[in-house]
Amino acid sequence: MDPVLIIGSGLAGYTVARELRKLDQFTPLVILSRDDASFYSKPMLSNALAAGKAAAQIASAAAEQMAVQLKARIIAGAEVEAIDTGRRTVQVAGAPIRYAKLVLALGADPIELALQGDAAHEVLRVNDLAAYASFRAAIEGKQSVVLLGAGLIGCEFANDLLAAGYRVAVIDPAQRPLGRLLPEAVAERLQHALAAAGVSWHLGTTARAVKRDAAGLHVELADGTMLKTDVVLSAIGLRPRVRLAQRAGLKVNRGIVTDRLLQTSAANVYALGDCAEVDGQTLPYVLPLMQAARALAQTLAGTATPVTYSAMPVVVKTPALPLVVCPPAALAGSWKLNPEADGIEARFEDASGKLLGFALAGTSISRKQALTKLAPAVFS
Amino acid sequence: MKTWQCVVCGFIYDEARGMPEDGVAAGTRWEDIPADWSCPDCGVAKADFEMVEAGSVAA
Repeated sequence: MDPVLIIGSGLAGYTVARELRKLDQFTPLVILSRDDASFYSKPMLSNALAAGKAAAQIASAAAEQMAVQLKARIIAGAEVEAIDTGRRTVQVAGAPIRYAKLVLALGADPIELALQGDAAHEVLRVNDLAAYASFRAAIEGKQSVVLLGAGLIGCEFANDLLAAGYRVAVIDPAQRPLGRLLPEAVAERLQHALAAAGVSWHLGTTARAVKRDAAGLHVELADGTMLKTDVVLSAIGLRPRVRLAQRAGLKVNRGIVTDRLLQTSAANVYALGDCAEVDGQTLPYVLPLMQAARALAQTLAGTATPVTYSAMPVVVKTPALPLVVCPPAALAGSWKLNPEADGIEARFEDASGKLLGFALAGTSISRKQALTKLAPAVFS
Repeated sequence: MKTWQCVVCGFIYDEARGMPEDGVAAGTRWEDIPADWSCPDCGVAKADFEMVEAGSVAA
């Protein structure tokens, strides 16, 4: 019997495997991983420093433990070279592995900024546990970090580094941190809270070059400013990994295109998580991934189950100003602000006053559950 | 009173605080939370292995 074959051992791959095993103990299951296939949660990487967790402690189970737990064959260090959807095989190290159903849980790559300078190659990115270990080694005994990007991950890393005692500067072309997700007043509050905690902001400009001399690294900004630093960390966004699917002839847009059954354009091939574009939505967050994994497990176990996305608030781990954002699914509407003593509630409403999304900051995050119940599903 | 952390998203459940906004009274012990409860931040089920004891809160 050919197995269910999962490519990827990140949160998406392992969660769909675990959910499948709750429904089906017997179908053979094979998981291919490019790394050592230990289980860890990527969202934990951006707040592990202040929590006192080393890279090795973030991995909660080794591949061998996962294999026992999931009754799966796990192949670590496996780089998939090609997928043949006609023969139902994937090629690893020149040899074919057959599948009955294939699940693509490939993840996403960090977007790289084109930088000049002799030290451009020294810019770090943290997209997996191995890279996180390198980052921790690089900041060990150092004092300062320059972050490229004031989005969700950039802000979380900035706060985490501050809490661990580092000097932090953040560069972003936008005028406010998290400018794409938050209404102006909330973004401004976040900017001030992180500034009060120690962030030195360089907004409305970009990094142009990274150079090294005897004194350390220097980041040159487009506005001419030079920032001296020990380490440069880039967190400017993610791009779904689509090349493998594209070469196999699967339909690809921003991500690997799937319908609500998580099925790609090829029969018996599914995709979920950061690599997937599910009915037009690329949502690189935990909650959609969990919902997709549960639905896909049902489908793989024999009951075709479309994924439903309820309203999915995103928790931003910035203790300087705790935030919850539920991005509006529709664009027609406006933000209504309700500042509270130590917080702010922002509702995105349509013309009739119907809640379409929200952002909560500070003590107002206690309204998360109540507002989530009122917000519309992304698709149901 | 103890705290429990979701290893997927980092959500912390503090028994002393409970989750009044989610209908879980302050002081509710982890074992008394219903089995169908799920992590409010990421949706991981209580029955899954992801919840680990993060440590005791000083009394």
